[in-house]
Amino acid sequence: MYQEIILDHYKHPQHRGLPDAFDAEVHHVNPTCGDEVTVRVKLADGTIADLGWDGEGCSISQASTSVMSGLVIGKQIDDAMALQDKFLALMQSRGNAELSEADEDELDDAIAFEGVSKYPARIKCALLGWMAMKSAVAEAGWGTSADNGTAKAGETV
Amino acid sequence: MAFDVETVRKDFPILSREVHGVPLVYLDSANSAQKPQVVIDAEADLYANHYANVARAVHTLGSEVTHAYEGARDKVAAFLNAPSRDEIIFTRNITEALNLLAYSLSNASTTIGADRFRIGPGDEIVVTEMEHHSNIVPWQLLAQRTGATFRWIPIDDEGRLVESAIDEVINERTKVVSFVYQSNALGTINPVRRIVERARAVGAISIVDAAQAAPHLPLDVQDLGADFVAFTGHKLYGPTGVGVLWGRYDLLAQLPPFLGGGEMIETVDMSGSTFAAPPHRFEAGTPMIAQAVALGTAVDYVTAIGMHEIREHEKALTAYALDGLQSIDGLRIIGPATPVDRGATISFTLPGIHPHDVAQLLDEEGIAVRAGHHCARPVCVRYGIPATTRASFGVYTTTDEIDALVRGVDKVKEMFTR
Ligand SMILES: Cc1ncc(COP(=O)(O)O)c(C=O)c1O
Repeated sequence: MYQEIILDHYKHPQHRGLPDAFDAEVHHVNPTCGDEVTVRVKLADGTIADLGWDGEGCSISQASTSVMSGLVIGKQIDDAMALQDKFLALMQSRGNAELSEADEDELDDAIAFEGVSKYPARIKCALLGWMAMKSAVAEAGWGTSADNGTAKAGETV
Repeated sequence: MAFDVETVRKDFPILSREVHGVPLVYLDSANSAQKPQVVIDAEADLYANHYANVARAVHTLGSEVTHAYEGARDKVAAFLNAPSRDEIIFTRNITEALNLLAYSLSNASTTIGADRFRIGPGDEIVVTEMEHHSNIVPWQLLAQRTGATFRWIPIDDEGRLVESAIDEVINERTKVVSFVYQSNALGTINPVRRIVERARAVGAISIVDAAQAAPHLPLDVQDLGADFVAFTGHKLYGPTGVGVLWGRYDLLAQLPPFLGGGEMIETVDMSGSTFAAPPHRFEAGTPMIAQAVALGTAVDYVTAIGMHEIREHEKALTAYALDGLQSIDGLRIIGPATPVDRGATISFTLPGIHPHDVAQLLDEEGIAVRAGHHCARPVCVRYGIPATTRASFGVYTTTDEIDALVRGVDKVKEMFTR
């Protein structure tokens, strides 16, 4: 479960730090491990123009947030949400994900978390940053319908 | 017969299984202990050969099962050195035992003749900062129901009660003092007699949470001097679903019931009911028959080994483990760092590595430890940490297993610092 990529991101987190310019900030907590993450996003022209975060917790939650940041910054919001869905499905796969090569390319380093899906107690850790990102984007005004990104970490697991 | 851990281990079938292809190293006994074959067999034997309901049937099975259930009460009474078997109440676990007391105490407010237990505004209920949630929440709820004030004795940096606070926090306003004998989060063994004496001096009821003491220390309720002592069966190598509340008979006799139902009554009339004498007053409904009987077997099991022998074995393990763990650079023991007045439960943290990561990586080596706040969140808050990793030992734990733990923790550390 502890792939080198995960440990690397934990030791050298990417996009850690809260940017001064942002449209929305959210704070999510995972009560099982006491993991916490704060995410700030800035949207522009239908993309996630910037995202920064700060957090504390287990390696899975912190590394996953780091990986997420690297993947979604600069992406079209729709694409970022689609990727979020893919990651969610990966986490719900109980270790039996069937991924196409295109999925694997898209998920990139996030594939390293596939092993986590076998440990129900840890899935919330891996999802924490992704859920926070989704909430932050919604709070920044993306989408209008209620089901766009209002899920809290855990609700979908 | 001299204590021999290898002989003991043969009694526990689960200890021969593997986890992730390596032999299981079970260091989570404070969470729940494994079961010897005799306990597993006792439950099955009751169902296979003697089962019926207790206390109601005149037929042969009914009398056999009642005999077995009441026999378990005798065994527990002897185990605790209780003056009377009628002071032993079977509950679902210690959580229920503590709630039974908290609810019976608030029921006392509306019961004639139970004035001694009346609690209201201006009164104080005292616990300690190192309690398990099951010895915090029922008292917070009792305080809410009665308007009494909830207070606690603080803990110091080493994980011990602040001695100088005891006499201040327990005072003339105190009605109830409920505290843990051995902490499940810190391993600390508290000065029971000291606290009980103070409670008695101010006229408060004293209650001892012996959940973590019963499996590790010889327990003698007369020697402790408390009014109530409770423990839970599954940590004493017994089955799940059964716990014990011991109380002084004169207090139990005045205490109103918690749950109403069958077997707890003297007579029932549509205009009102009267209640049975203790212990049955507090055992409403069909009890956990097979579990209580198997708990009796567990008590026989540890008694045959000897609680003093178990204590000595675990004392040696604790000293060995404290040495081993503290040889790991940066590892911080949360709780007493020396083997004095502490039990075989050791919590620790490692800088920059979350306890859930430690526990998960140890699991890959077949080592079962617990990570989290151990249902004693105020302890973590006190030390400014989100959680700890906790290794806890039992009658079957070996020094080899502690070596495996120390090696495992070293490996985790190396993985994270590489
Ligand atoms: C000190 C202490 N008190 C109470 C409990 C609660 O035990 P149970 O869950 O069996 O009621 C525990 C166990 O978790 C404990 O360690």
